[in-house]
Amino acid sequence: MRVTQGCFSFLPDLTDEQIAAQVQYCLDKGWAVNIEFTDDPHPRNTYWDMWGLPMFDLRDAAGIMKELADCRRVYGDRYIRISGFDSSHGWESVRLSFIVNRPREEPGFRLDRQEAAGRNLHYSTHAYAAGRPEGERYSDH
Amino acid sequence: MTQAQEQIKEQIRETPPATIDLRHEFADLGIGDVLDQLDSELIGLKPVKTRIREIASLLLVERIRQKMALATTFPTLHMSFTGNPGTGKTTVALRMAGILHKLGFVRRGHVISVTRDDLVGQYIGHTAPKTKEILKKAMGGVLFIDEAYYLYRPENERDYGQEAIEILLQVMEQQREDLVVILAGYGDRMEKFFQSNPGFRSRIAHHIDFPDYSDAELLWIAELMLQQQNYRFSPEAREAFTRYIGIRKAQPLFSNARSIRNALDRIRLRQANRIVAKLDRTLTADDVMSIEAGDVLASRVFTKGGGGTGEGR
Repeated sequence: MRVTQGCFSFLPDLTDEQIAAQVQYCLDKGWAVNIEFTDDPHPRNTYWDMWGLPMFDLRDAAGIMKELADCRRVYGDRYIRISGFDSSHGWESVRLSFIVNRPREEPGFRLDRQEAAGRNLHYSTHAYAAGRPEGERYSDH
Repeated sequence: MTQAQEQIKEQIRETPPATIDLRHEFADLGIGDVLDQLDSELIGLKPVKTRIREIASLLLVERIRQKMALATTFPTLHMSFTGNPGTGKTTVALRMAGILHKLGFVRRGHVISVTRDDLVGQYIGHTAPKTKEILKKAMGGVLFIDEAYYLYRPENERDYGQEAIEILLQVMEQQREDLVVILAGYGDRMEKFFQSNPGFRSRIAHHIDFPDYSDAELLWIAELMLQQQNYRFSPEAREAFTRYIGIRKAQPLFSNARSIRNALDRIRLRQANRIVAKLDRTLTADDVMSIEAGDVLASRVFTKGGGGTGEGR
């Protein structure tokens, strides 16, 4: 099951040229661009690991594309996303975030139903991949 | 990809044109404007202007080759500026970014100006991230390393400068189209630096030596500086300043345009002092703009002696 998170996730995966164009858009707006990665695909997992430091004061996408290439070399079997952080007053938050790399196979999610008091049902989603220890979740595909 | 590039690609796909109007191409790129601006704003510096002219011509030819569907390669544009103090190395480097941007060699045209401190770290493992961060900032523009010879400290074999040099070299080689590196420094020390880092010398295509200015050029520079600050020499003051240049040049620690700028700053001080000395009068704009011979002649350079070693004669 293809994970759809952030911008452009219903489009086919972006090419490097398209990613560079989006990154340049962020830089032209004055946002700091970050690269993050994870192997826990749960939609509520907001704490992704950061690749290096946030990249402030860049002017051109080439530097970020270089970092992305480095990140892919190490964590090419995981999800990688690029986010643009707007530090201007009143925003101070992520303005744009999109996935730039995903595992070759995404096993998807199991839906658990828990019967509670009365006839209530509690639902939870459980990523099949998350059943394995961190770091090994997508490695053998 | 810009629209212009798109159009070029379209043309190639159709049929490469057999002939191309050179003048039209020249006007199209705006090379003429860039070169004219350079000629009018920078005085002297013949070798520098020649080299920029060559680079501009190369761009023009590359564009035409592209249109004719001939193979093109991105030229190496890393440069090294050597010369005595005050010959305009930094000024030209800062301007070079704008020129390369206009000519389409760099995408953004900003300059990141750094020295050793910005590239080399304090402890093990500090240098690589520091250098890489600077390189990332410089992508799409020009990285200007002033006094580059400080990067290499042969007397200390544990110096982290070598690490910064290796990272720099790697990026200079692999990402030639992403950034242009300009090294600057005094001639003799840069020579030593290149001797101990032969990799650097071979990766830099343009070694440009900045010559010292002649007396006439220095006077010209002085007048341009004054004009920019809305001052001017009276005819006698100009004559005095010509003599000043001749004497100052022969003295030790002369640093070309920088010495001229400092001299002008001191002359302005003396002019202000002269004006304020007589309070009971009305001033015109002309009074506060003009620099008199007395302002120049009060300089210590004249009293120290008429040239030569700086000792009284």
